[in-house]
Amino acid sequence: MSFLEYAPAPESRAILNLRDEYGLFIDGDFRPGTGETFATISPADEKHIATIASASEADVDAAVAAARRAYDKTWSKMSGRDRGKYLFRIARLVQERARELAVAESLDNGKPIKESRDVDVPLVAAWFFYYAGWADKLDYAGLGADPKALGVAGQVIPWNFPLLMLAWKIAPALAAGNTVVLKPAETTPLTALLFAEILQQADLPPGVVNIVTGAGATGAALVRHPDIDKVAFTGSTAVGREIAKAVAGTDKKVTLELGGKAANIIFEDAPIEQAIDGIVTGIFFNQGQVCCAGSRLVVQESIHDEVVDRLKARLSTLRLGDPLDKNTDIGAINSLEQLNRVRELSRIGDEEGAERWTADCVIPDKGFWFAPTIFTNVQSSHRIARDEIFGPVLSVLTFRTPDEAIAKANNTPYGLSAGVWSEKGSRILAVADRLRAGVVWANTFNRFDPSSPFGGYKESGYGREGGRHGLAAYLKGAPAGGAARVEAGRAKKEVSA
Amino acid sequence: MSKRLTVPKTYKLYIGGAFPRSESGRTYEVATPKGDFLANAALASRKDARDAVVAARGAVKGWSGATAYNRGQVLYRVAEILEGRRAQFVDEIVQQTGVSAAVAGAEVDESIDRWVWYAGWCDKFGQVAGNGNPVAGPYFNISVPEPTGVVGVIAPQDTALVGLVSAIAPALVTGNSVVVVASQRYPLSAISLAEVIATSDVPGGVVNVLTGSPAEIAPWLASHPDVHALDLVGAGELDWIDLQIAAAETLTRVLPPESGTDAAAPSLARITAFTETKTVWHPKSLV
Repeated sequence: MSFLEYAPAPESRAILNLRDEYGLFIDGDFRPGTGETFATISPADEKHIATIASASEADVDAAVAAARRAYDKTWSKMSGRDRGKYLFRIARLVQERARELAVAESLDNGKPIKESRDVDVPLVAAWFFYYAGWADKLDYAGLGADPKALGVAGQVIPWNFPLLMLAWKIAPALAAGNTVVLKPAETTPLTALLFAEILQQADLPPGVVNIVTGAGATGAALVRHPDIDKVAFTGSTAVGREIAKAVAGTDKKVTLELGGKAANIIFEDAPIEQAIDGIVTGIFFNQGQVCCAGSRLVVQESIHDEVVDRLKARLSTLRLGDPLDKNTDIGAINSLEQLNRVRELSRIGDEEGAERWTADCVIPDKGFWFAPTIFTNVQSSHRIARDEIFGPVLSVLTFRTPDEAIAKANNTPYGLSAGVWSEKGSRILAVADRLRAGVVWANTFNRFDPSSPFGGYKESGYGREGGRHGLAAYLKGAPAGGAARVEAGRAKKEVSA
Repeated sequence: MSKRLTVPKTYKLYIGGAFPRSESGRTYEVATPKGDFLANAALASRKDARDAVVAARGAVKGWSGATAYNRGQVLYRVAEILEGRRAQFVDEIVQQTGVSAAVAGAEVDESIDRWVWYAGWCDKFGQVAGNGNPVAGPYFNISVPEPTGVVGVIAPQDTALVGLVSAIAPALVTGNSVVVVASQRYPLSAISLAEVIATSDVPGGVVNVLTGSPAEIAPWLASHPDVHALDLVGAGELDWIDLQIAAAETLTRVLPPESGTDAAAPSLARITAFTETKTVWHPKSLV
């Protein structure tokens, strides 16, 4: 047994008490969907987990109607203090059931249990706790006196952080006084349905949160529904573009958190040990299925060989396998469809002349797996340097001068995040200033916090989630980055005064 | 003694700090409400719009890189120069719109005051819109607003000056550059304002003024990938939903049309609408 071999240490699934079949969560109760049911499977072994209802247009209608009723009759009349107390309850219930949620998430998504247990679920609780406190303090959010909720929010979330994205969407929406219809991703509905049970335990009034499972058609029906006032979407830029077109001419307020192709810039004076760790966290966290992943390594030419050698050594120690094993570093790719995309773009990387290196991992027989991979000799024009791969694949580019590093980093239609590594403070600040990205991690990467705004420049979308800015996305009068109505009158007086 | 023969002005476009004619060679007639000839304004083309976007894009780096204090002084200087040419603007508004000199004077005064109001925001907006964030970990974390980039503006069509000023000034506060399509009916004040801007230390390309048909030019601005935000405040009479759909192709930020006397009224939201929030993290633990 080498130092890399460990005995299996799987987290027990006994903590889960799953039903065989889940309906739609509408108006406080589960009910069957009128669409065709579908199965959610474990991407690690392709085994059936549960049968899931699919929401038809009629079901989406019913969910929106429930949300509207709850908004008109209950939620909009409730004090901010009481709304906040419900959110605090939810935060506590998430903490109480944290282990169960982490196991369910790793089972359904394929991510390592150490990530769902130590990152996803704790952040979910933190998100509800943070926004709970805002509910009775909206007057202090810097958006004018007594800012008003928008009404009913339609929210569509991705499969990479299923429960965390749910929290990013629902917590600020409810704190600001909106009600919600949320559609989880087709391949990862499980934790959203467990969350619905938590809402029942919290005794949240019926209809305040409705969860409709299904595929793309369900999401399209939701964002196009005439009776929603807000669309919040996290997912691909292609779908985000369609949503932006679909809401054109309407009064719907929109937040779009879309794709990314982040540059992680390593200067020769970087703290190298930390930088190697940061590069690994940047692209191999959650199997690289992260919109803000540091998928382009932009490294100063003088240290390229050293960085790549150290990276390979480090990646060779990562353990790929059972997501429920506490020792696992790299879990499964979420779906066959996604695995095929990662494979296809990697094949194109080969064809375009980049050099592929793959960590020597034993790939399990069943399930969807892709070993950590590095492409060197990548040019800015290569598709693996331009397209979002959304997998554990790092493209390495080089630079000689800071200007070249910045130009390469910004040479993308995306602008979600970026990283910069240097021990020189003035250089960090100057480079951070010039990076066209909504989040810049300096000497760190992939850090998230409910108080910290997150969201993109350019084609990575608009609006912010997290912090005071994230609250503004669910209140009237405050721009979400997209359409905004100006507050006429008040400021005008200041002019003439 | 015979009456002195006046020297009329040739009204051209304002692109990249220069005053070119439309590359198309086209003009259109601007007349008083009674139908008397006033001037031939340039009828800007698609090519003019693209040239303006190129100029605007080139100007973003310098303007957004200037200190907020500097931008504030430059915008304040626009107000100073406008004040000095008050009589000219009053005359022009009277001629184009037919209002009384008193009404035109009030519009010019309001326009000057709005420049002053926005000028003062330059070095304060970041404090109001930004945040230090108390994250749960040993990190320095700060959110700051940055300019979105190039803003395409369809100016309010019902006024000659105040709507135009109200649309472009807030975009300039944080360092955006602007391509504005002026009021089709009242384009002369827009070009005169460009002369004010050209002599107020506003770098060339930061403000670009097109006159002509918004219906013809707006689609090219909406679909241009280097236009990062689109202010449709004066586009209410156009097929503005189509413009919004065209803008969606590159996730361009869009402000919808407004109508009435409060259109583009001064507000913090108007500044915020053309900004992006950047959040920077740095560990506090590496010692």
